[in-house]
Amino acid sequence: MKLSGGEIVVQSLIDEEVEFLFGYPGGAVLHLYDAIFHQQQVKHILVRHEQGAVHAADAYARSTGKPGVVLVTSGPGATNAVTGIATAHLDSIPMVIISGQVGTPVIGTDAFQEVDMVGITRPCVKHNFLVKNIADLAETMKKAFYVATTGRPGPVVVDVPKDITDPSIKIPYIYPKEVVMRSYNPTVKGHSGQIKKAVELLLNAKRPMIYSGGGVILGEGSVELIEFSKLLEFPVTSTLMGLGAYPATDQQFVGMLGMHGTYEANMSMHESDVIIAIGARFDDRVTGKLAEFCPYAKFIHIDIDPSSISKTIQVDVPIVGQVKEVLREMIVLIKNSKIVMDKKALEAWWCQVNKWRDLHCLEYDRNSDIIKPQHVIEQLYEVTNGEAYVTSDVGQHQMFAAQFYHFDKPRRWINSGGLGTMGFGLPAALGVKLAHPNSDVACITGEASIQMCIQELATATQYRTPVKVINLNNRYMGMVRQWQEFSYESRYSESYMDTIPNFVKLAEAYGHVGMQIEKPADVRPALEEAFAMKDRLVFMDFLTDRTENVFPMIEAGKSHHDMRLRTSPDKELS
Amino acid sequence: MRHIISILIENEAGALSRVAGLFSARGYNIESLTVAPTEDETLSRMTVVTGGSDRVIEQITKQLNKLIDVVKLIDLVESTHVERELMMVKIKTSNETREEVKRLSDIFRGKIIDVTNTSYVIEMTGVSDKLDAFVAALDNETVIEVLRSGPMGMTRGEKGLHL
Ligand SMILES: Cc1ncc(C[n+]2csc(CCOP(=O)(O)OP(=O)(O)O)c2C)c(N)n1
Ligand SMILES: [Mg+2]
Repeated sequence: MKLSGGEIVVQSLIDEEVEFLFGYPGGAVLHLYDAIFHQQQVKHILVRHEQGAVHAADAYARSTGKPGVVLVTSGPGATNAVTGIATAHLDSIPMVIISGQVGTPVIGTDAFQEVDMVGITRPCVKHNFLVKNIADLAETMKKAFYVATTGRPGPVVVDVPKDITDPSIKIPYIYPKEVVMRSYNPTVKGHSGQIKKAVELLLNAKRPMIYSGGGVILGEGSVELIEFSKLLEFPVTSTLMGLGAYPATDQQFVGMLGMHGTYEANMSMHESDVIIAIGARFDDRVTGKLAEFCPYAKFIHIDIDPSSISKTIQVDVPIVGQVKEVLREMIVLIKNSKIVMDKKALEAWWCQVNKWRDLHCLEYDRNSDIIKPQHVIEQLYEVTNGEAYVTSDVGQHQMFAAQFYHFDKPRRWINSGGLGTMGFGLPAALGVKLAHPNSDVACITGEASIQMCIQELATATQYRTPVKVINLNNRYMGMVRQWQEFSYESRYSESYMDTIPNFVKLAEAYGHVGMQIEKPADVRPALEEAFAMKDRLVFMDFLTDRTENVFPMIEAGKSHHDMRLRTSPDKELS
Repeated sequence: MRHIISILIENEAGALSRVAGLFSARGYNIESLTVAPTEDETLSRMTVVTGGSDRVIEQITKQLNKLIDVVKLIDLVESTHVERELMMVKIKTSNETREEVKRLSDIFRGKIIDVTNTSYVIEMTGVSDKLDAFVAALDNETVIEVLRSGPMGMTRGEKGLHL
């Protein structure tokens, strides 16, 4: 079979069993789009802005585990994609982004719509390629998928100059079944000596903690994490990225940790003597002040990426390996171990943890006659039976979603944790809905975030992706306002917009259903009504309390036991 | 502490900028960097001299290893090794100073590779300290240019950095 470069790219996507290609055309990719026109297997999703394409493909990947694939044109198409690429990079999401490039003869001449895409994206991709020869094209595509999906996953950019896709130049097409790269060996097996050491440390712990992260979801280790935790009966906490890997409704789960984590999770971390970090990376939003982070703990750290280990926190037992495999080995060792666990100590530890829990740090005013954002999320949780896929934007609403929607399954909570990209939520919801057409998909957002990729409401109309937009409209960039309230004596500098659109009319203009909800009593019925409309996108504009803040909060430079709470803790509790 | 990291990397366009970009993005310092293809033209050998605490050096080597194009690397400071740096110095000369400069160069085992009525170019190799000492011994006024390659090195013994 002889194919042109454009056809090779498309055929390689077919060979990779790519379902959806999220993209936007332009001059440098016209040959490619012509090749797309001639086939049916890969469905192209035409977004309204390239950033939306990348977020949608990214969320498709997060919710399925399969790589997300994007096609954009050169120059502005490519630069518009960069925010999305960086978002995927910081959360280690497997993606392949194909960008058009000006023809090889004019590269470097400041040609029309030329940017150095390989240069621009170098710091925010796992790897990137510039294809200079059509003979390398098929193999480069294979390498891109291989690198993106193996080891610690990440986005890979393939920059394809226009002349490489010229329809008049055809070469025999062979898509390699496998590629070997001598410089890239992603499979690592956890060191058995280290694993043994870790198990000994765990079984001798008196105040242990399991600190689980996004790596457990990426590495499909949820089942193993649950078995491991049930076997040990230790308290489990999770990062923002790890929510759902361990069921939030289980007794052993003490909630999210970190800046807006629960009192019990952060206090337990602070007092713990042995902490096992699983697929988590000691991010600064988790650790707070490094020097005071978990002062009594010995650390075990399982991660597939050696550079994640001892990056900020020096660990005692590092284990480089696949979370799933390492946990399996640990489970076997624990089951066969002769070490007698100190059940008394563990009981006393749970007693302490439960005391912290009794503070009910997430409690809020349930009698308010203004809608509380927490109330909306709680009702959403009930109306969707906790089964929805929930995407979010960035701000207070994101933290409320993480705190109040109790994720029991992995890949249901889709948010930009690492980069914190406002604008992520809506296109992400579309990507998830395409992957899971029969599931409820909710996008929890704020009136500021939603406007950053609002244009994707049109994409939703075109592809009939009936997601539900839960707009927690506090007429503020709430998260910014909260920091200004706490740290800048309530000087609300530019955190307010006095020209917020009429979201109901806006939704209707795009062909959707719009609702505005003003009273707490209307929250539940409105949600029920919206979710009953299976085939419509419903934009729900909830007018929420403008002054509500996210608690608990570890303020900048503070440590885990120094949380700011809604109500100050009883002396006896702390 | 000073570390010499020797890297075997795919000889691809952009490989150098991946390494340089990593150092600048993560705030690691580069004292010197040399790069050239090896006897296997698909591979380049790069030598980076850098400094930092053990923690920082550990991160640098991990981050370098994480680059997809990096095949192998070694921190030479971890084993016994030999290192050399190449230097060229252009010096103003006159009838009075010519002999003296040549004598000094001989002491340091330098080679004069260009001579004019008014100048010498001296080539010298050695460990960086020796080159420093030579430059220090010269009359500052007479030095026109100093050009140094940055150090490169190999481990002692039969083990080597190869595929
Ligand atoms: C693209 C981008 N720009 C700026 C920020 C900084 N930022 C973080 S939260 C936030 C406010 C978000 O406001 P809104 O979407 O209304 O959510 P709320 O906090 O009110 O729930 C801003 C501006 C960001 N995270 N992303
Ligand atoms: Mg807001």
